[in-house]
Amino acid sequence: MMFQRLLVTLVGGAVLAASAGSALAQDSKVADELAKYRDALADGNPADLLEVKGEGLWSEKRGPKNASLEQCDLGLGPGKLEGAYAQLPKYFKDTNKVMDVESRLVHCMVTLQGFTQADVTKQWYSKPGKESDIEALVTFIGAKSNGMPINVPATHPEEAKMARMGEYIFYRRSGPQDFSCSICHGQEGKRIRLQDLGNLTTKEGAGFAMKTWPSYRVSQGAVWTMQRRLIDCMRQARWPEPNYLADSIVALETYLQKTATGTVMDTPGIER
Amino acid sequence: MGNPMKIRAANKDGVTEVKVLVSHEMETGQRKDSAGAIVPAWFITELIAKHNDKVVLASEFGPSVSKNPYLAFKFKGGAKGDKIVVSWKDNKGDTRTDEAAIG
Amino acid sequence: MNNQRRNVLKTGSGAALMGILAAAGIIKPGMALADWNKAAFDAKSMADTLKALGAASPADSKDVQVTGPDIAENGAVVPVGVSSTLPNVTMVAILIEKNPNALAASFVLPEGTEANVQTRVKMGQTSNVYALVKSDGKFFMATKEIKVTLGGCGG
Ligand code: HEC
Repeated sequence: MMFQRLLVTLVGGAVLAASAGSALAQDSKVADELAKYRDALADGNPADLLEVKGEGLWSEKRGPKNASLEQCDLGLGPGKLEGAYAQLPKYFKDTNKVMDVESRLVHCMVTLQGFTQADVTKQWYSKPGKESDIEALVTFIGAKSNGMPINVPATHPEEAKMARMGEYIFYRRSGPQDFSCSICHGQEGKRIRLQDLGNLTTKEGAGFAMKTWPSYRVSQGAVWTMQRRLIDCMRQARWPEPNYLADSIVALETYLQKTATGTVMDTPGIER
Repeated sequence: MGNPMKIRAANKDGVTEVKVLVSHEMETGQRKDSAGAIVPAWFITELIAKHNDKVVLASEFGPSVSKNPYLAFKFKGGAKGDKIVVSWKDNKGDTRTDEAAIG
Repeated sequence: MNNQRRNVLKTGSGAALMGILAAAGIIKPGMALADWNKAAFDAKSMADTLKALGAASPADSKDVQVTGPDIAENGAVVPVGVSSTLPNVTMVAILIEKNPNALAASFVLPEGTEANVQTRVKMGQTSNVYALVKSDGKFFMATKEIKVTLGGCGG
């Protein structure tokens, strides 16, 4: 994973360095060192602790109904976790909706355990000193797809609709800066400061991005789920921030997972 | 009481490598919360790893060890299936013990 | 883990707990909190810390290494380690010169444990990181500068 990222940096760096001289050569040396730094954290990824915690939460009887999540159907049948994350988002008959891993998990916590939606989603991400059950559960569920290929063909009409909606949102320019996702993520070799942004419109680019989430973000000292990643990118695009579990986020995920289909999952990852 | 640790131990060529990831906030006592109040120091002071009943590492930490402390070390000996037991204790007197088998 | 023992640990506290832990063989009496080297962890400067560790003037040694990246992206999580090829290493410690308290961690290595310990520390700013090693009763030291890039710019 680091190798690929490095390669992008080096290739991009080399092309630009020819015209811009040593500042960029310096940049890519720094990027090189930072890749080494992240590699050093990969063994003993702090996200591994959340995975262990999520495993406990999954089987613990909790909520007003004093039930575990072991009967939760993430798309492959009740309690089937292996490979479930890699084939989400997906259309679910019982809710008549395309759901991603987080909306489905919340659905299970509400229906199986008897929590209210508001209760469950109040702490959908962690803050210093305040852990998030959702973060832990998603990290655990994600890791159960490790080594399996992302598989979101989006063949069901509702899924196809979501994927098209996601693609539309990806390219649509709006907001005060007239930004779109594609402005930052639609070309090879684009960078902000030292971050490679990746081309999310190709299988390689989308696969490289999607396969590592949920991911431990070094700069945040926390694990981020894909919902959090995308909601934050909407903020970066200076768009109004959508609500947690909003259809627009699920649509973008469907589009990105469809594009990434075939890429083998490698989560929890380490990101900047 | 805290969350479980993640302990991995593997023996290769007669040397056992142990990697421990501990769930702990490791507050320095210098951070302020959103209301501007100092968050009191809260950190692991001691961590001991044992192979069966023998201590193989005794650590003392200050608050500048990172949140969710990580430790990796190696000792001679150890066989597949042997127990590695890790215990910590923090400055509030809280403790936790977890164990894993050498793989 | 044994549930009963977990419950014992959960309910115990303070001195009573130490007794229980000692009885359960989890800690040896000599490793109780009283032994935590408060003077060394409270010391601010390198010199005071070394003194508190009983290592007033360690010799520089090429046989001691500080492992770690040249640059850390987030000063809150900096992977560092100590390794040494010196004989009979019984103690190693990691010190960060520019932190409010220099000593980050120290390790007692019983016989059979290799002089090679990796951990992660917080660094407030770019600083020299020192590895201190006690070999055959004498102290040796090595250093490496680790740069901390400014964190906290979101993204
Ligand atoms: C202003 C530029 C900008 C815009 C607009 C933007 N992003 Fe991002 N995006 C970033 C940055 C910066 C990162 C973090 C890259 C890093 O840290 O390596 C990122 C990361 C990501 C990632 C994770 C990539 C990986 O390799 O793990 C995904 C997925 C993503 N963005 C999707 C989107 C989507 C979908 C949109 C539109 C809603 C969007 N972004 C809009 C700048 C942007």
